[in-house]
Amino acid sequence: MRAPAPRGVSTGRKLILLLVLAAVLLALVLLSLAIGSRQLPLGDVVTALTDPAPTVERSIVVESRLPRALLAVLAGLGLGVAGVLAQSLTRNPLAEPGILGVNAGASLAIVISVGFLGVQGFNGYVVFAFLGALLTTAVVYLVGMPRPGSSDPVRLVLSGVAIGAVLTGVGTALSLIKPQAFDQLRAWTIGSLQGRDSSIVLTLAGCLLVGLVLAASSARSLDSLALGEDSARSLGTNIGRTRVLVLLAITILAGASTAAVGAIGFIGLMAPHAARRLAGAHTGWIIAFTALIAPMLLLCADMLGRVLLPGELQAGVVAAFLGAPLLIMIARGKKAVAL
Amino acid sequence: MNLRKALAAPSTLVILLLLCLGVTVLAISGGEYQMSPWQVVRVLFGGGEGIENMVIWQWRMPRALAALVFGAALALSGSVFQSLTRNPLGSPDIIGFSTGAYTGALVALTVVGGGYVATSAGALIGGLLTAFLVYLLAWRNGTAGFRLILVGIGISSVLASFNHFMVLRAELDVAMAAAVWGAGTLNGLSWATVIPPMVLVVLCALALLAGSSRLQMLQLGDDLCRALGMRVERTKLLFVVLAVFLVAAVTSVAGPIAFVALVAPQIARRVMGSSRLQLLPTALVGALLLAGSDLLAQRLFAPVQLPVGVVTVCFGGVYLIYLLNRRTAKV
Repeated sequence: MRAPAPRGVSTGRKLILLLVLAAVLLALVLLSLAIGSRQLPLGDVVTALTDPAPTVERSIVVESRLPRALLAVLAGLGLGVAGVLAQSLTRNPLAEPGILGVNAGASLAIVISVGFLGVQGFNGYVVFAFLGALLTTAVVYLVGMPRPGSSDPVRLVLSGVAIGAVLTGVGTALSLIKPQAFDQLRAWTIGSLQGRDSSIVLTLAGCLLVGLVLAASSARSLDSLALGEDSARSLGTNIGRTRVLVLLAITILAGASTAAVGAIGFIGLMAPHAARRLAGAHTGWIIAFTALIAPMLLLCADMLGRVLLPGELQAGVVAAFLGAPLLIMIARGKKAVAL
Repeated sequence: MNLRKALAAPSTLVILLLLCLGVTVLAISGGEYQMSPWQVVRVLFGGGEGIENMVIWQWRMPRALAALVFGAALALSGSVFQSLTRNPLGSPDIIGFSTGAYTGALVALTVVGGGYVATSAGALIGGLLTAFLVYLLAWRNGTAGFRLILVGIGISSVLASFNHFMVLRAELDVAMAAAVWGAGTLNGLSWATVIPPMVLVVLCALALLAGSSRLQMLQLGDDLCRALGMRVERTKLLFVVLAVFLVAAVTSVAGPIAFVALVAPQIARRVMGSSRLQLLPTALVGALLLAGSDLLAQRLFAPVQLPVGVVTVCFGGVYLIYLLNRRTAKV
């Protein structure tokens, strides 16, 4: 806990830092509109965005690159914030959105829909992936929620791991029987922003809004929960309600993002650790910083993936290669903030 | 009452041992050449005839024995990592071994073109290199558990996405063969392939049992151990090396069999009803888990042989869920 006096100062500093990060994110979005198989000067990008005249540039920027950039920002945000919530709720630094079975549920749903229901292509199975993720988290919650009187968040983690493992096992077995499902699954698992319908962006934005409201409303309760259950209760926190709300938020944020871009769980794991260094111990601030850092990570990953190789390197691969050195640096730093 | 308590632990051990034997006999009895469990027991005690001896001792025994020994090895290795990191999610995976081994095997399968020796060597080299790299990067005046975990995640996720990338780039049939290996399978093992890793496992396990009191002590925390006169970092490194050897021996021949290392120590802890570190029950639970899973993997969709790793995750997962939901379970 910080002493009250320096806290005022550092709040101002954090706000400035947030603004700087937001500006960087905006610059990155513009940059990602310019970069691609056909490079555009930044000036042309701005003209294309503001001038409604139907030019080739405008169609490239507005119809194909803008949705993709927005998708990167939204999915990054969803994964990152879900990661913060998962780590605070379970008080485990290993927690990532996937720990509650989101990835496993989504991939099993994809295998079933492609292998047995004959669904084809990404835009066909995205709905199944989302439903699979939702359903799985619900089951994880039912199995692993702490009973009244027992308090260990380990229970929830173990239940997520257990159910996730079972579903992954079933999914792998089924996909080894159905080659076409295996083919689709390996493309989805890697995580990519390529060839997504622009209608997905709107749906994702709607889901994220709900998730973010839930997250913001429970940030304070999570802070008091971090002090231990008894302290939280004496501070007037309704523990059971907080847990349910946070879980719901994680499910919606991570489920929607994962369904849209694939299993890029690493961003949700990595961004909160970086944010915690900048934001200190308050969940609300950590969420705010993560909401900017995580999209940057995914956006950079997507951009780099477009220019690094003549074909295209999937954003999921680049994200891991970008994020891992950062994570290791943080871990080796003097004060890796434990939970 | 006291007597019952005193007898509870040994009798649980005996039950576990009997279950292991039972599963093994069942595993040996089935297949193309069907035998009754009774026939199997007769053959095991030396009363078999030509073909029966051949089937049991040459064909089925290597696999059945490997399942037991490998399961125990994975469980012990997981137990060490969970003690050292003091995290229930700790497993050999956190030091990146399995992912690195898969990377090595994938390179061997897609670039060199596969083959038993190439795949094993690739897995071994990949896994050991990764583990070494993680330990090196996590070193900073010692290895705090938290730092080891973070570095391990970092390296593993790079390798994992590289693995996904390789699988995506490969031809579908090569990719599926790689996925079977990557799930972990005991298909097609013979004496020649299982004896070297078994010897290694037994040696490591004995060393681990000899040092179990130190491992128990390490759970008290680094500072206390130092105060008690232990050379903490050296002891930790020794345990990590033993644990990595255990998992390396298994992975090089059977692929990264998931979940046994993670779940066996947890199950053992609950079966024994004590939170103390107990290596023997853990090893037995691991053996039972892998042997039982392999039995199912062979028979469930026969003649299609599933990779055993697919079954271990389901088996281990379901049992963990059951334990979590038992009313009396204290988690």
